[in-house]
Amino acid sequence: MRAVIAEDSVLLRIGLVKVLEMAGFEVVAETSDAEGLLAAVEAHRPELALVDVRMPPGFTDEGVRAALMIRQESPGTAVLLLSQYVEERYAADLLATQTRAGVGYLLKQRVADVEEFIDALRRVASGGTALDPQVVAQLLLRRGGGPDPLARLTPREREVLALMAEGRSNAGIAAELVVSESAVAKHINSIFAKLDLPQADGDHRRVLAVLRFLDGTP
Amino acid sequence: MAIRGGAPRHAYTWITAHAPWSAWAWRNTTFTAAAIPAALPVLLGLTATVTAPGPGRLPPLLVLLLGPLLTRLQRSRFRTLLGLDVPRAEREGGRFSPLAAARWLRSEAAWRQYGYHLLVSPLAAVAGALVVLAWAFGAAATCVYGWIWILPTDTRTPAWSTDCDAVTVGGVLLLLLAPWLAALIARLDSVAAASLLGPNRARELERRVEDLAESRAGVLDAADLERRRIERDLHDGAQQRLVALAMNLGIARATLTDLPAEAKAVIDEAHRGAKEAIEELNNLVRGLHPAVLEDRGLDAALSGIAARAPFPVELTVDIAQRPGATVEAVAYFVVSETLANVAKHARAAHCRVHAERVPAAGGPAHGEALLRITVTDDGVGGADPARGTGLVGLRKRVGSVDGTIMIESPLGGPTVITVELPCGL
Repeated sequence: MRAVIAEDSVLLRIGLVKVLEMAGFEVVAETSDAEGLLAAVEAHRPELALVDVRMPPGFTDEGVRAALMIRQESPGTAVLLLSQYVEERYAADLLATQTRAGVGYLLKQRVADVEEFIDALRRVASGGTALDPQVVAQLLLRRGGGPDPLARLTPREREVLALMAEGRSNAGIAAELVVSESAVAKHINSIFAKLDLPQADGDHRRVLAVLRFLDGTP
Repeated sequence: MAIRGGAPRHAYTWITAHAPWSAWAWRNTTFTAAAIPAALPVLLGLTATVTAPGPGRLPPLLVLLLGPLLTRLQRSRFRTLLGLDVPRAEREGGRFSPLAAARWLRSEAAWRQYGYHLLVSPLAAVAGALVVLAWAFGAAATCVYGWIWILPTDTRTPAWSTDCDAVTVGGVLLLLLAPWLAALIARLDSVAAASLLGPNRARELERRVEDLAESRAGVLDAADLERRRIERDLHDGAQQRLVALAMNLGIARATLTDLPAEAKAVIDEAHRGAKEAIEELNNLVRGLHPAVLEDRGLDAALSGIAARAPFPVELTVDIAQRPGATVEAVAYFVVSETLANVAKHARAAHCRVHAERVPAAGGPAHGEALLRITVTDDGVGGADPARGTGLVGLRKRVGSVDGTIMIESPLGGPTVITVELPCGL
């Protein structure tokens, strides 16, 4: 699978190329700014774009804006954003652009755990989701106004929901919580029932549904 | 130069300091006498107006035009004869132009100065004349025995000697009293000059307060800017390097699987250390001035702290218009510090953070909107601002932008902390 990297720190870029190659990707382009990224995606139509949020010239959220454009204009390219800090609205913006391609939003420091990071890369490239636990924590943050649907969940169900929102599979959740896969499936059914969500097939769609619900948009 | 009468001790030192044989006696006398020539133009003008009404419009106009010159003259009188510097009123003098002159005539300082020239200056001249006369009569009366022989003998009455005794004593008394009279007049004159010729004290204080507020805002902004710069440097420098290092160690750990166990352990240890360093640096940067605050405002930044709290937090942010950067930074600090306090001491199960923009308590006259932040927890209460260093720091930071903080924390809870910050800074 082909991938492009947009990251302005040279040190990190070299490391990221190594990690992508370890994960079995072919890095077809490396750039250091949003414009270069858009041009590279246009030229190569890669399966995955690995994007830093803060890039020149403004060093604010160029990466997010570029990612949104990629999802609009190149729906076959999955986008994994790397950020110094997490902001759940970026994630909500990204998830709102519904395409078949995967999407991810991770704290930059997660790349240090190479195996887990490679998992996330593969998941996103194959159309799945990878959200940082901190993003999920922000999404689960209770906002004032209106009844709180999460109040109906048991603590265990909340844990399952959080891992589900991160993009983990049932097997992944089962391993994380040290329970059986069937127990996870049971929890998930119960969550969907309590949140009045019709069950959908596929990891990506269920995460979307959960996140949409948490975000308060129908 | 303000008069500070009242205290008897002060009055006593004043009387001894202005004794007739002191240097002050002569200085005060010259000073009061000098009021006479200084007041002459005004006196002449006034006399001309009174005696020749009708076409005599010229003298008052002359006084009007002479105003600044007279002020300068009086100031020089105070400086040279009394060693007293009457401070200049604001924006006086400068290049002459009709516009500047009109503005000068309309200013409140100008009218205070004319008040001095038309009212105090003639009175001072009269008082100066009295002092001069007191000296003259005193001197004449004291040596009445000396020149009495000049008078023809037949004018002397049988009681002449007792009369002359009384006159001599009177003269001596007059000589003794004249310096104190001069000192009193000089004192009154300088007080009047300070308040009429000098700058308006209330206005001056007001301007000083304005200057101070401005410079404080500048200092706060500078500190805030510095925090942002440090944050940026850490982000773009040290943090990136650490992440790259941790990643390389992670790659080493994942790829070098056939290493001896000790080497593996060393790599593991280094990897963990690097990750911990990143975490520590993140916490440090967060306390400084998070980038998300600058980019996205309070709502986004507060979501971050609320999500990281070890207990569920309900957050509502109702701010349509972003307050100034310094106020945002203080607000962020307030919530961050308060939640840290709650986590440390309150044993709370739930916490609510509410931030909203409200009209100022002082009504529309006060003008500025307030940023009100309320943090409520269901913990054990008993938070004491007198003891907790966290609360003291909070109070200082809030006070630095003229904000207010209210802490309600009865034993057994709940604790409500309300902070109000002016949005304008």
